[in-house]
Amino acid sequence: MFGTHYRIERKSIALAVAIMVVASIGGLIEIAPLFTIDDTVESDPDMRVYTPLELAGRNIYIREGCYACHSQMIRTLQDEVERYGPYSLAVESQYDHPMLWGSKRTGPDLARIGGKYSDQWHTAHLKNPRDVVPQSIMPRYNWLSESQLHAKHLGDDLRALRAVGVPYTDEMIENAPADAVAQASPDDDTAGLVKRYGEATQVRSFDGDKRTISEMDALVAYLQILGKLSDAAHQPPALKE
Amino acid sequence: MVSGLTVSERHWSMAILVVLAAVGLAMAAAGAGRADPMQAHGFIVLLFSLGFLCVLLNGYFAPEPSETRLESYYDDPSKAGIVIAMAWAVFAMFIGDWVAWLLAFPDLTFDAAWSSFGRLRPVHTTGIIFGFGGNALIATSFHVMQRTSRARMPDQFSPWFVLIGYNLFCLLAVTGYFMGITQSKEYAEPEWYADIWLVIVWVTYLLLYLRTLARRKEPHIYVANWYYLAFILVVAILHIVNNLAVPASFAGAKSYSAFSGVQDAMTQWWYGHNAVAFFLTAGFLGMLYYYLPKRAGRPIYSYRMSIIGFWGITFFYMWAGSHHLHYTALPQWVQTLGMTFSVMLLVPSWIAAANALLTLNGAWHKVRDDATLRFMMMAAVFYGLSTFEGSFMAIRSVNALSHYTDWTIGHVHAGAMGWVALITFGSIYAVVPWLWKRERMYSPALVEVHFWLALAGTLIYVFAMWNSGIIQGLMWRTYNDSGTLTYSFLDSMVAMHPYYVARAIGGLLFLIGAIVGCYNIWMTIRRPSGAPAPSDDAPLPANLQPAE
Repeated sequence: MFGTHYRIERKSIALAVAIMVVASIGGLIEIAPLFTIDDTVESDPDMRVYTPLELAGRNIYIREGCYACHSQMIRTLQDEVERYGPYSLAVESQYDHPMLWGSKRTGPDLARIGGKYSDQWHTAHLKNPRDVVPQSIMPRYNWLSESQLHAKHLGDDLRALRAVGVPYTDEMIENAPADAVAQASPDDDTAGLVKRYGEATQVRSFDGDKRTISEMDALVAYLQILGKLSDAAHQPPALKE
Repeated sequence: MVSGLTVSERHWSMAILVVLAAVGLAMAAAGAGRADPMQAHGFIVLLFSLGFLCVLLNGYFAPEPSETRLESYYDDPSKAGIVIAMAWAVFAMFIGDWVAWLLAFPDLTFDAAWSSFGRLRPVHTTGIIFGFGGNALIATSFHVMQRTSRARMPDQFSPWFVLIGYNLFCLLAVTGYFMGITQSKEYAEPEWYADIWLVIVWVTYLLLYLRTLARRKEPHIYVANWYYLAFILVVAILHIVNNLAVPASFAGAKSYSAFSGVQDAMTQWWYGHNAVAFFLTAGFLGMLYYYLPKRAGRPIYSYRMSIIGFWGITFFYMWAGSHHLHYTALPQWVQTLGMTFSVMLLVPSWIAAANALLTLNGAWHKVRDDATLRFMMMAAVFYGLSTFEGSFMAIRSVNALSHYTDWTIGHVHAGAMGWVALITFGSIYAVVPWLWKRERMYSPALVEVHFWLALAGTLIYVFAMWNSGIIQGLMWRTYNDSGTLTYSFLDSMVAMHPYYVARAIGGLLFLIGAIVGCYNIWMTIRRPSGAPAPSDDAPLPANLQPAE
């Protein structure tokens, strides 16, 4: 064994190849099957995609580094299920490129935050967390209400997501900027948006200011959809295949 | 810097800088078209290349370096790398301590987007891992590979390209986070164009390493080089796979990962954990295996332990990433594999740590007297401790408590401060007098001061986080007599406050130590003190390099 090594360590290419082979085995065995085994991800035919406004909100969530303090993964532990709700299923992040499961909870888990608080609460909390939760150590995001949402190029984002496997239709891509505006403008014509993304689509002015579509609208729209893309986690286990 | 380059190398540099400036201009123009933050990155690339073009033009007509250069090792890039590494260290530790105070006092901030915790946190992690750690690895690897091969680097251009190009990547990464450019994959946050640039730099680095090894006058490749080589190769694999993504537009910074959900989580933590393995462990073990025996004046304790440790680490680590995903939606069998291999990983890790500590047998009096060697000894101890802790935390039932809490933060900082930073400071204190041909560091007393500041800072930090993490984990799962949860999330958060203050104080001590180190290094460089120490470098065979 050590004799073989005595020879390998005299040849740099042999050593390099050996390192690559030895290092590749673990990853290949653990990762490759995840893409091919069907039961890695449960199937849920009713799984929704993010609307353009929710996607824009998700991108703001990523931009501000919210994932550094909030997880979106409820583990299969009793205290977590009691605190946050049914444990997360793989299918719930099926369209998340990338996933935002997180690694640290400086703040609470957000996997099922959607619908738990009102839009007003979220807006006030984001503007100054200590106004609603005096002990909070979260930063203030008060500028989000003032910054206009850039929706013009959202079609590109949907197209890129389709390239990596999210089932956005041509129609969705084409109407992405208009749909983003419509979702936060309840007085506008929202029939197209609802037709494309389903009856359950939440259409309202999320930050309470109807004059503009702000980044706050997008972020709150995203927070309010978390945990509501799929009902699979709320179904009795027997229904899963 | 420029006068060391041959005329054809100066032409090469000019061509590359012009191309880079053009790319920067194109990025700025494209980004401007859609008000995308990539515009700012375009200007940064442009200014960066124009700045180096000025440096190049300034020395362009200097006479060519003489043939006598081939009789000595090429150390200028190592010198520059060490200075840059220390600058990154102070910057990133300052940001780290700032965010530590932010968690105790959230209003210690400017009322601006760039200064919020979520944007500063990756600045800290990237600044330390890639800015400080990466530059130290590049600088020392150039030094070590030449000595252990008894060969000069094959040219003067590629080491500069690697060092400067790598720092352009770091600059793009860090400035990006301030502006909100991130792909949210922890420790792989830079966007697609920065990732592509890093691949180019990294391939050049690998080729430079292999070309130098190919010129070696020693029949065997020394242990330190195995580690450096594994570091370069595997980091390349990890980086490329984890960063596979589709840009939303070539005129914008945003991209979408090729993987989603559970597959993305596994790929990310396969990357994340092995960045610890091959960037923060293998690379720095390369440092340990050269500088510790050199400084102690003793050969490595056991050749066989070196081999078992090396291949064990290379093989086992790559399985361990899934222990970051216990009890999640990742299939159970992958979690179990990750846990099993994480526990087995303790064997090669402790073999490497033991090999280092046993090397000190017969030199313990030096450890007592010499703070530089003590840095390295303490690093090996922390390496052993944090790998033990890591294996322990990978056990599923322990992870149920520790995951998502500050215990993880304490664990990574035991590794980052106790192992990575201490071995780096030790190696830098050893190599600076050699490189600048000084008798010793400007002030050994300040090395001593730095050592105790660093050790005290690390211990305060780690103990604070152990306490807060375990308390947090226990509070989350405490039930009262009626069978409901006793504490709200907010209760657990409030309980962390004293520990967060302690953590910030520990970090501050560590930062002050690094500043003391910078002063000491700067004074060593500036003030020659006495006769240079007799070089204990392996002699470079004369005239081995034919004129190119």
